[in-house]
Amino acid sequence: MSALLIAEHNNKEVKPFTLNAITAASQIDQDLHVLVIGHSCEAVAKSISEIPNVKKVIHVDDAVYENYLPENFTPVVIKNSENYSHIICSANTFGKNLMPRISALLDISQVSDIIKVISTDTFLRPIYAGNAFATVKSTDTKKCITIRPTSFDPAPTTGGTAEIVKSEKAEASDLTKFIKREEVKSDRPELGTARVVISGGRGMGSGDNFKLITAIADKLNAAIGASRAAVDAGYITNDHQVGQTGKVVVPDLYIAVGISGAIQHLAGMKESKIIVAINKDGEAPIFSVADYGLEADLFEALPQFLEELNKLNTIQK
Amino acid sequence: MKILVAVKRVIDYNVQVRVKEDGTGVVTDNVKMSTNPPDDNAIEEAVKIKESGKAKEVVAVTIGEDKAQETVRKALAVGADKGIHVKVDGTIEPLAVSKILQKIVEKEKPDLVFMGKQAIDDDCNQTGQMLAALLNWPQATFASKIEVKDKSLEVTREVDEGLETIETNIPSIVTCDLRLNEPRYASLPNIMKAKKKPLEQINASDLGVDTKPRIEQIKVEEPPKRKAGIKVASVEELVQKLKNEAKVI
Repeated sequence: MSALLIAEHNNKEVKPFTLNAITAASQIDQDLHVLVIGHSCEAVAKSISEIPNVKKVIHVDDAVYENYLPENFTPVVIKNSENYSHIICSANTFGKNLMPRISALLDISQVSDIIKVISTDTFLRPIYAGNAFATVKSTDTKKCITIRPTSFDPAPTTGGTAEIVKSEKAEASDLTKFIKREEVKSDRPELGTARVVISGGRGMGSGDNFKLITAIADKLNAAIGASRAAVDAGYITNDHQVGQTGKVVVPDLYIAVGISGAIQHLAGMKESKIIVAINKDGEAPIFSVADYGLEADLFEALPQFLEELNKLNTIQK
Repeated sequence: MKILVAVKRVIDYNVQVRVKEDGTGVVTDNVKMSTNPPDDNAIEEAVKIKESGKAKEVVAVTIGEDKAQETVRKALAVGADKGIHVKVDGTIEPLAVSKILQKIVEKEKPDLVFMGKQAIDDDCNQTGQMLAALLNWPQATFASKIEVKDKSLEVTREVDEGLETIETNIPSIVTCDLRLNEPRYASLPNIMKAKKKPLEQINASDLGVDTKPRIEQIKVEEPPKRKAGIKVASVEELVQKLKNEAKVI
């Protein structure tokens, strides 16, 4: 049998986490086919066909698929699912929204958010905000799996020549209408894939004070993150939230500023390679996961930090 | 309009979860339990819609062992009108939960079903979407704003890129984000009054749903521990360590 991966894209480009999901999917089954559903997304199908891990691309194109509504994507996936042992997608908001709808109609108990492939039916996944790891074995004949993208390396993007097969659209639904998407455009690296992330918490005190973080992010070419408290307080938009129900990040360097370190925040960042915590409360739980802790007032420490960075001859980008 | 809200009893979000030594799960004995946090937002939103006059009745449903009734009582104390407890012992997966909820929807005929976007115990994030599939209803997941219109909902969803707004026909499923609202606390008089509100008990086995797990839990273990770090005395020392020891900048 083969595995079928549902690609996430914006009709122009493949979303980066699809590449991580492809790596995981080809560990499950090397005969990996990718389903590209969208509108005028030939370029996406073509770029996926060039990924060496991909053996075949199935391309379904129609205007109804422009905004990736799960009510419309699900019938297409089901229609194309018959000859596959695994249906796979990344566990970000796209895959989390879509996969359970497919899974329920196929009467499959989905395995969400896996961080390791142990065998074709057995996987490792975090539970309780990553405070425990469960090894689980799916007993369904066909399996629906979502992949935690940051736990797998991105697949290489060139050198492959998979065939692209066009497939017919499925029945469209009018249950849901797309109205608008407010994307926060930024020249910074994406939070999920950045090498360095600097995050602010409630201790920042205001949205305006995030400029102290922005200045350092500019210097380190870092993405900007935030704790839920900072988002709830309106200091920064939701797309920056790191944590159990926000984004999971695994950068080389994670700098937590004015973040106490609630369990839910740690769930989103504690796999980072190096963690720095800057907090004036020496007892804050964030220090228990930090490689380097600095007990200091962030309003003094951040300008000094920028000054010290300015003194360096070179900074990794 | 009638709103059904599904609530789940989980280990309290403030508890540091510990893994059992025998690898069969996590310690739940003598551990504080409470309602799954975004389920509180779901109840709050339903009650607010009722208070605005756009809904007539809010029904709270939970699925689980006897003690799960606590979550329904709490929902009744903050404004739900009626409770349902579907009794199941042992592990139940989201697919089976959504099949049970489908039966409850067929019986109660709500116009909307709300629940939290994710349970903080198994972190599956599946039930709402699965229920929407089984009912062939639209789904509005990760909702941070809900506007009730005549025959539809306008829902703002928190997605990776930012915010997305969709319109779903009623009936509809909504899964709620923590930023949807600020859940109220139950006052003592309301807790007392809630004890008099109806709470129906149903056995899952009477609903004809197969709740046997399809996923075998082979073992549960502690995640790898991080090496203990150090405290640095100054920003200068921090930058030196990052540059020369960790070599990350």
